[in-house]
Amino acid sequence: MSNAVAHADGHADARHAHHPAHQHHFDTMAQQKEAAVIGMWLFLLTEILFFGGLFVAYMIYRVWYFDAFAEASRRLSLFWGGLNTAVLIGSSLTMALAVRAAQTNNRKWTVNWLVLTMLLGCVFLGVKVIEYQDKFANYEVPGENYNWLYHEQHAAAAGETTPHRELSLTPSQLQNTTQIYFSLYFTMTGLHALHMIIGVGLMMVITWMAWKGRFDAQWYTPVEMSGLYWHFVDIVWIFLFPLLYLVERP
Amino acid sequence: MLDKLKIPDEHYLHSGHSLRSWLLTKDHKRIAIMYLMSISVMFFIGGMFAVGIRFELATPQGDFVTADTYNKFFTMHGVIMVFFFLIPSIPAVLGNFLIPPMIGAKDLAFPRINLLSLYIYWLGGAFTLAAMLMGGVDTGWTFYTPYSSAASNTHIIPTALGIFIAGFSSILTGLNFIVTIHRMRAPGMTWFRLPLFVWAHYATSLIQVLGTPVIAITIVMLFVERAFGFGIFDPTRGGDPVLFQHLFWFYSHPAVYIMILPAMGVMSELISTFSRKIIFGYSFVAFSSLAIAVFGFIVWAHHMFVAGMSTYSAMVFSFLSFSVGIPSAVKTFNWSATLYKGAVSFETPMLYAYGFLGLFAIGGLTGLFLATLGIDVHVHDTYFVVAHFHYIMVGGAIMGYLGGLHFWWPKMTGRMYSEFFSRVSAITVFVGFNVTFFPQFVVGYLGMPRRYHSYPDEMQVLNVMSSAGATVLALGYVMPVLYFLYSLKWGKVAGPNPWGASGLEWQTQSPPLTENFSEVPVVTSEPYHYDDVVIKEKHRV
Amino acid sequence: MMSDHVSPLALYLTIFGALMVLTAVTVGAAYVDLGAFNFLVAIAIACFKASLVVWYFMHVKWQSQMTKLTLATGLFTLAILLGMSLIDYASRNFTDMPRPVNPDAQMRAH
Repeated sequence: MSNAVAHADGHADARHAHHPAHQHHFDTMAQQKEAAVIGMWLFLLTEILFFGGLFVAYMIYRVWYFDAFAEASRRLSLFWGGLNTAVLIGSSLTMALAVRAAQTNNRKWTVNWLVLTMLLGCVFLGVKVIEYQDKFANYEVPGENYNWLYHEQHAAAAGETTPHRELSLTPSQLQNTTQIYFSLYFTMTGLHALHMIIGVGLMMVITWMAWKGRFDAQWYTPVEMSGLYWHFVDIVWIFLFPLLYLVERP
Repeated sequence: MLDKLKIPDEHYLHSGHSLRSWLLTKDHKRIAIMYLMSISVMFFIGGMFAVGIRFELATPQGDFVTADTYNKFFTMHGVIMVFFFLIPSIPAVLGNFLIPPMIGAKDLAFPRINLLSLYIYWLGGAFTLAAMLMGGVDTGWTFYTPYSSAASNTHIIPTALGIFIAGFSSILTGLNFIVTIHRMRAPGMTWFRLPLFVWAHYATSLIQVLGTPVIAITIVMLFVERAFGFGIFDPTRGGDPVLFQHLFWFYSHPAVYIMILPAMGVMSELISTFSRKIIFGYSFVAFSSLAIAVFGFIVWAHHMFVAGMSTYSAMVFSFLSFSVGIPSAVKTFNWSATLYKGAVSFETPMLYAYGFLGLFAIGGLTGLFLATLGIDVHVHDTYFVVAHFHYIMVGGAIMGYLGGLHFWWPKMTGRMYSEFFSRVSAITVFVGFNVTFFPQFVVGYLGMPRRYHSYPDEMQVLNVMSSAGATVLALGYVMPVLYFLYSLKWGKVAGPNPWGASGLEWQTQSPPLTENFSEVPVVTSEPYHYDDVVIKEKHRV
Repeated sequence: MMSDHVSPLALYLTIFGALMVLTAVTVGAAYVDLGAFNFLVAIAIACFKASLVVWYFMHVKWQSQMTKLTLATGLFTLAILLGMSLIDYASRNFTDMPRPVNPDAQMRAH
């Protein structure tokens, strides 16, 4: 009669000291790290699909209402959008350098690069506040107070002009369909900004842990995992920028 | 020689008795038990609404409740049963408990995330139940726009928020299972030595991770539309209500596979054990689980044939929906082939398995009727559809869940329940189920719409049959509560392997140790090796 | 012990530079009228930038097959979401404006 299971000794050498971060249901640190990486990527997959739904909506409406999208997109500031893109890419660089510092056992620079990453993240969020304030001031937030023509009237009064081309939409159609654009604008950038805020919060925790000397070259997994999250949020913006700011310029 | 069996002194239920030791546990088995209690509560709440529905439908007039209240009944029934009972049920209870021992691991890959997923489930449930107490929602569990986004004045936001939150619980469970199955298998436990239960949960977890985020974003869009007056689905501003349906069903169709795949996994375990035979075509069954997960993602628009989508795309989705039936048919054939010339027996878990085979076949075949465009035009939104999905969800998934619960109860608790009452209960469920739902095929085919609280007089007989059956079904569901609870104190001690089943989980004591195995097992034999397992290990009770 | 790959500083700076240049190119290309190709160019550049981040900043180049497969699965599912929704919309009147709705219609319940 065979017993399907032969028993092997799970605990290896007594000489092999356990790293304090080694969780005991894992056999080795390598297995633990690999599990963390796959787990984090699975979470990022959910984020891809999460934002993905908004991209479906964007795709459909952009084809249906291209003129409205083009006009509304011109209302966004290319300067602030471009600046934010540069800031976020920079923060990805500093994040990658923070992970690298942790890998090379450099506590001081792990902390420094993480702080810089957070700072750049906050700059991004600050710029978003500026942009949102402008939208509120110009009645470009969809809903009951939305007024497409407000900006045009006031810009004309201030002497600014924006280039236009021949549109296929009537003014009332524009009033309605540009609201769809801005609904997507606010939902997409708002959700992105929420992820940035969570990211900055995450960074604060990781920075504190790094400062306390919790990471070393054998175990810096939380830094790396937070880095993956941060880079992902950057990638979402890499797509949002051309889709929202560069529909048609000039 | 059979010694008098006793419950071992040291096991997972004994390591800590305080509330703290339960609420802060990292033990997947304790988390599974807490899920068991939670989803049982949800099941009975959802069942209450079903009672309300069937009570109203016993008479043709809408005389029990107003139409608006009736709308709330079927909405809450659907929301609670789908999101808070069926989707977690087998994975969170049986999957959580059994996957680590089945693969020879001490716990899941991320025990604290497992606990977090339970807390998140509780939080989501709290929001939805609060919304229910405040007056509920009347849009149907499908929340179609523009009614849900612009016109309904019921508590959609808290309900939808509860579903959103519960979605994270589902995602984290799936994520945990995928990493665990990939990275925590014991030495010698290769992919093709895994129990088919594990394959089924792996496939389910893929769907949970990839599909759930889409309903999450759909809920976010619904939320911003209601809360801020955004216009993504508002037709007066150029929005498309059908877009909501595409996004909603992209998740909700794969969701039905989240509900049925784990039950199919249970089926493979039950049928092989109680035929004392390896499942016929093991690799076909394993791959068919993956095929169902993949195909399940490309058929969603068959829920939208009459919603206004193009005929061309309807044809594409209809064709794909036929093909998704193929892997399910493969499984059904293979289970049947397993029974053929097997040493079959009729213990309670196997009674549920037999029930599943027949009822899932009917449910699945009627799905093909619905995938046929010409027929669907007539029976869409009638009771035909309601009967179809209840045959699968209740006749399939819930039977699978109950069968699994009855099979692994001795492992989880160390006790056996009354075989007599459990058999009576299984038969009651089967009879009650068919009397409830078969008439619904007929009455739906005759044209009775779903979600209506009144109907023409000539349909009363069938509706009364259905309501009568529901009473019997409810009785069948209440009985296990009683004899399971009884067994905890007075049930016969089960021993490690009362069924003589194969599988690593049956090599451990009942109830298991907190760490499952005192030493890491090394697997050397193939799965379902019934030639090797000696029959006299099995204790007939 | 685990020998994780440590990328040289120069690599990170190069990728950063490439990303900045590509951003500038994206903006510049938006000012050139390429008709329908404007969109494709912008998306193509964005996809390339994203792959640089994934491959080098997120280290996927040096990760296991399993990690790469996980990422590929996610992207494939996204492609299904986008592509198969398009099957419906593209086979209806996709380029014409949907018929204009009554701009005075109100749809508010609360």
